[in-house]
Amino acid sequence: MNQVLYILRRLVTLIPVLLGISVLVFFLIQLVPGDPAVTLLGSHVTDAGVAALHQQLGLDQPLWRQYVTFLGRLLHGNLGESYQYKSSVSALVLQNVVPTVWLIVTGALFAVLISVPLAVWAASRRGGAADNAIRSIPLVGLGMPAFWLGIMLVLLLSLKAQLFPASGFGTGFVGHVESIILPALTVALALVPILVRSLRAGLLDVLQSDYITTAHSKGLGTPRVVLGHALRNAAVSSITVLGVNIAYLIGSTIVVERVFALNGIGYLMLTAILNRDFPIVQGVTLVFAVMVVTVNLLTDLAHAALDPRVRLA
Amino acid sequence: MTAIAFPGRTTDAATPRRRRGAVNLTLIAGLTLFGLIALAAICAPLLTSADPIAQDLLQARLPPGSPGHLLGTDQLGRDVLSRLLYGGRTDLQVGVLAVVTPFVAGTVLGLLTGWIGGWFDLVVMRVVDVVVAFPFFVLVIALVFALGAGTGSIYVAISMVGWVAYCRIVRGEVLRAKEQEYALAARASGLPTWRILFRHLLPNVVVQAVVFSMSDIVLTILAIVTLSYLGLGVPPPTPDWGSMIQDGQQFLLTQWYIATIPGLAVVLVGFALALVADGLVERFGQR
Repeated sequence: MNQVLYILRRLVTLIPVLLGISVLVFFLIQLVPGDPAVTLLGSHVTDAGVAALHQQLGLDQPLWRQYVTFLGRLLHGNLGESYQYKSSVSALVLQNVVPTVWLIVTGALFAVLISVPLAVWAASRRGGAADNAIRSIPLVGLGMPAFWLGIMLVLLLSLKAQLFPASGFGTGFVGHVESIILPALTVALALVPILVRSLRAGLLDVLQSDYITTAHSKGLGTPRVVLGHALRNAAVSSITVLGVNIAYLIGSTIVVERVFALNGIGYLMLTAILNRDFPIVQGVTLVFAVMVVTVNLLTDLAHAALDPRVRLA
Repeated sequence: MTAIAFPGRTTDAATPRRRRGAVNLTLIAGLTLFGLIALAAICAPLLTSADPIAQDLLQARLPPGSPGHLLGTDQLGRDVLSRLLYGGRTDLQVGVLAVVTPFVAGTVLGLLTGWIGGWFDLVVMRVVDVVVAFPFFVLVIALVFALGAGTGSIYVAISMVGWVAYCRIVRGEVLRAKEQEYALAARASGLPTWRILFRHLLPNVVVQAVVFSMSDIVLTILAIVTLSYLGLGVPPPTPDWGSMIQDGQQFLLTQWYIATIPGLAVVLVGFALALVADGLVERFGQR
């Protein structure tokens, strides 16, 4: 019962956020300096063209009515029409979303597989050489541009060692797996510095709890205490840490897709920027925000499922 | 944005706090390193005589260590060292300046919303929720695209997105400080609100915002470099680390250093500022 109530309450809080997202995305086009139609049409501008585009974009309507129309379209899953491809933005997003989802899922998996062992190692040998080495990762890693990291990985693992393809999404399942490894490793490594830091801190908090002291005083060895007792509790806070930071990972996919010429929605957005295809930019920005909101929702639900204190609060 | 919104929070509660007055090596090392980088960028004309935008196709893609070109030349024969130094000027300047507006706006707003509370707090925090729902890079890229590529748009876009983190941090600090004796005493003695806020609360709550601003500068420089790499940032002839990496990407197999060197410069700046942030945490403590 509590569970259901909690989920319902959590879903209600989504409404203002989703509305806000739609307002912000709607206002993107208002930021275009001067007459958006003239800017969008570029040098081929004619009065008739401007008037037609005004009507098509609804720019001749008052602002609030433009927004209501926009919101109505969104609720029907209509993200508008691309100027360049003469096809609906929703269809284009659906066509391109698969590599992006692959990238996010594999990237998150890699990030966990790299960060968790490092954080556990550092926290269980607190103050030791390993801990100090692992704690210096964020110092170096936070300032590393994700796209540069990708280029360096291409240089070392693709051009020099010839282990992985340097770009594209490959064909077939095996091809996809082969070509997703480097980009996924890039987004994962961009997140690892942040993740290791928070996970280690969360683990240390747990290790200072009374029940851990009890476990130690029962005479259990450190590995047993960390793996058997601490990790299970630390997992709860770690899921939140991961959920909060996944927004960063999702954000870095856009540039990494460009580095690896991976035709996901980030690549779609960047190509659309070059072509000044505004509806695509607007649509993909919205899809990215909805992705983050969804991940946050799932994180909270998982947290509540694992930790009864959350849903009773 | 949310990703590194509270980077300093992770210091160990149990680490014995350093004595006041003890030498803070981390802070000194960080400030020295950042100072040296900034000095090298500012003194670029004194350190190199090469013109960062002068092309010489006969001298293109020379390896590092070539006579007259310590770090070699790029595909248009431009001196890499000179471009690196002048590029640092652009990126550091924009990175530091772009953080000022969000710092001030976010701090003031966080101060007000934490103090006033009620509907004002509710409204501001809902706006914060909306902004953090977007991945930082996606929103900045979309905003810069809408505003038109260039430095001016970068300032505006970073300001529109960046205030959120400061607002959250300062609001949290104010909520905590509000109930402490000094704030209660100031209120009880009937001081005007603005005086309590800016003279009594601000000096106490601003520390965390300053600590965060160090990693925020790094994040902002990353954003600028990324935008330039995508062709949305600093316009082409002006040297900048992002466009240098982009130039180098196509010659990766033969001249790997063209793309590698500017990336290392970004990492070095990030390292220096991370040291400063850690040093500040050490000096002022956390929470």
